[in-house]
Amino acid sequence: MSSATSEGPGFITTKLEQAVGWARKFSIFQYPFVTACCGMEYMSAGASHYDFDRFGAGLPRFSPRQADVLFVVGTISHKIAPVLRMVYDQMCEPKWVIAFGVCTCTGGFYDNYATVQGIDTIIPVDIYIPGCPPRPEAVLDGIMKLQTRIQNQKQAL
Amino acid sequence: MAAAAPAHEVRNMLVNIGPSHPAMHGVIRLIAELDGEKVVKVEAEIGYLHRAFEKSAENSSWTQVMPYTDRLNYVSPLINNFGYCAAVEKLLGIETTERCKYIRVVMSEVSRITDHLTCIAASAMEMGAMTVFLYFMKAREFLYEIVEDVTGARLTISYGRIGGVKGDIPQNLGEKLEAALKKVEKELSEVDRLLTRNRIWVDRTRDIGILTREDAISYAVTGPMARASGVDYDVRKAHPYFVYDRMDFEVPLGEKGDNYDRYLVRMEEMRQSIRIIRQAMREMPGGPVAVDSRGQAIESFDLVDAAKMGRTAGFVDVLTTVEPTLSGMERPFHDRVMPQDRRVVLPSKDDTYSNIEGLMNHFKLIMDYHGICPPQGDTYFAVEGANGELGFYVVSDGKDRPYRVRVRPPCFFNMAILHKLLEGYMVADIIATFGSINMIAGELDR
Repeated sequence: MSSATSEGPGFITTKLEQAVGWARKFSIFQYPFVTACCGMEYMSAGASHYDFDRFGAGLPRFSPRQADVLFVVGTISHKIAPVLRMVYDQMCEPKWVIAFGVCTCTGGFYDNYATVQGIDTIIPVDIYIPGCPPRPEAVLDGIMKLQTRIQNQKQAL
Repeated sequence: MAAAAPAHEVRNMLVNIGPSHPAMHGVIRLIAELDGEKVVKVEAEIGYLHRAFEKSAENSSWTQVMPYTDRLNYVSPLINNFGYCAAVEKLLGIETTERCKYIRVVMSEVSRITDHLTCIAASAMEMGAMTVFLYFMKAREFLYEIVEDVTGARLTISYGRIGGVKGDIPQNLGEKLEAALKKVEKELSEVDRLLTRNRIWVDRTRDIGILTREDAISYAVTGPMARASGVDYDVRKAHPYFVYDRMDFEVPLGEKGDNYDRYLVRMEEMRQSIRIIRQAMREMPGGPVAVDSRGQAIESFDLVDAAKMGRTAGFVDVLTTVEPTLSGMERPFHDRVMPQDRRVVLPSKDDTYSNIEGLMNHFKLIMDYHGICPPQGDTYFAVEGANGELGFYVVSDGKDRPYRVRVRPPCFFNMAILHKLLEGYMVADIIATFGSINMIAGELDR
């Protein structure tokens, strides 16, 4: 800026990587892979009382090609596990995964023949939100943790 | 050169909808055969959320089945809880207290409202009415606050106990509930104005997905779906349980059995549920909450510390206080909502913490192989779930674990008739009709 007066337009300096991280963390397009009970709390967290749109994560995209973050919400049984893997593989980089609810984290109390014991046995997970189901506050906390992670990671440019 | 048109085969198109599709609730797959835009044939594939309910129930004690029942129909978990409790109580031959029956009725109806709200919200959203979704989620949130006040959790509550409920309701619940119901009524009338005479909504739902009365009966469809087709069957009226026979309410019936009727029936049922809640709260018996005057109450951990050092003189009838998280489970409140049956009912928390009889009783019921052991036999008990007749068939071999807990999930029968509701209509109607069925995968696949 040529103008040196204090009223003139200012400027900020930043690293390209940080700027990209800042932009990415506030435009989270999510793919809700909703299967079970946690979907109810997911709906609550998305509706007006809790509203995760405040964190730039308000728009669900139901096409994996358009999504950045895969929300795995609810129990993943062995029958639906290949579908989850296929959806994950179809997403474009950079992509992140949130394991929503204890069933996706560890299998929860469904320790039986039908349930996948944690989705991290199928796909990599960035953020685990435990709870059965997690309260909407916990969901918001998880989204903020993901934002920090997106901001601080090495950006693929 | 009259060219004969190249002989090509005209085939119907197969379209696969789901399992990961926003309108299929994540866990169901429809294989639709289309002739142009017309649906010729539909096959539904289910089982994507099979979580081995029956196997898990076999491996837990009678009380430990409770959390699994929460997650059957996770939109109205309280009804599932009480249905299972009532089935085991029938097997044991015990009856719960009057106050507990009223609490069960109130909480069941709160749950029914949340279920219908979610159903209409989701199906309206799938047809593009996002506002309805936001309004009804707001209304549901008010009710979740009530559920949280009473049970301590928002969704998976495990509030039922065999013989009663976890604890008494908070003392100021009446006012809070009334305030919440007022807000829910406001949202209901708002959505009523938005949808009921809305041209787009009526066009998308009127005369679509017609279920005839005969089909509804022959496929054992129950609940709002059957009532929309004119089948006058409501478990609350046909086989009254708890205190539904004392409640004054009406069962709304539809005429055509199309999507619009199902919507109207659900809306009216919510209003009737509000009516039932108000009556039950008014008539709920207080029962004695004895204010104990046997001296100064002491903290339970002080009492335990003193007892460890042998200073037990005068401990026979001492009154203890328990932590606030156990509120509603103190002796006076406990006695109001739980029957006096030591084979089944855990003692109140002050008894557990302050005297040896209570502690032993607690241990006997909690320890493996010593818990609740119903006599050998089997029984079936049905309650009116939000989607229809929700039945529990429980079998006991006299041990502390169920031999079998079989659920009659209302959704399963509603899904069995899905193909009849879709075939012959347009492909765009699949979403509208499927939304009006209110398929809940947890109880469909178990």
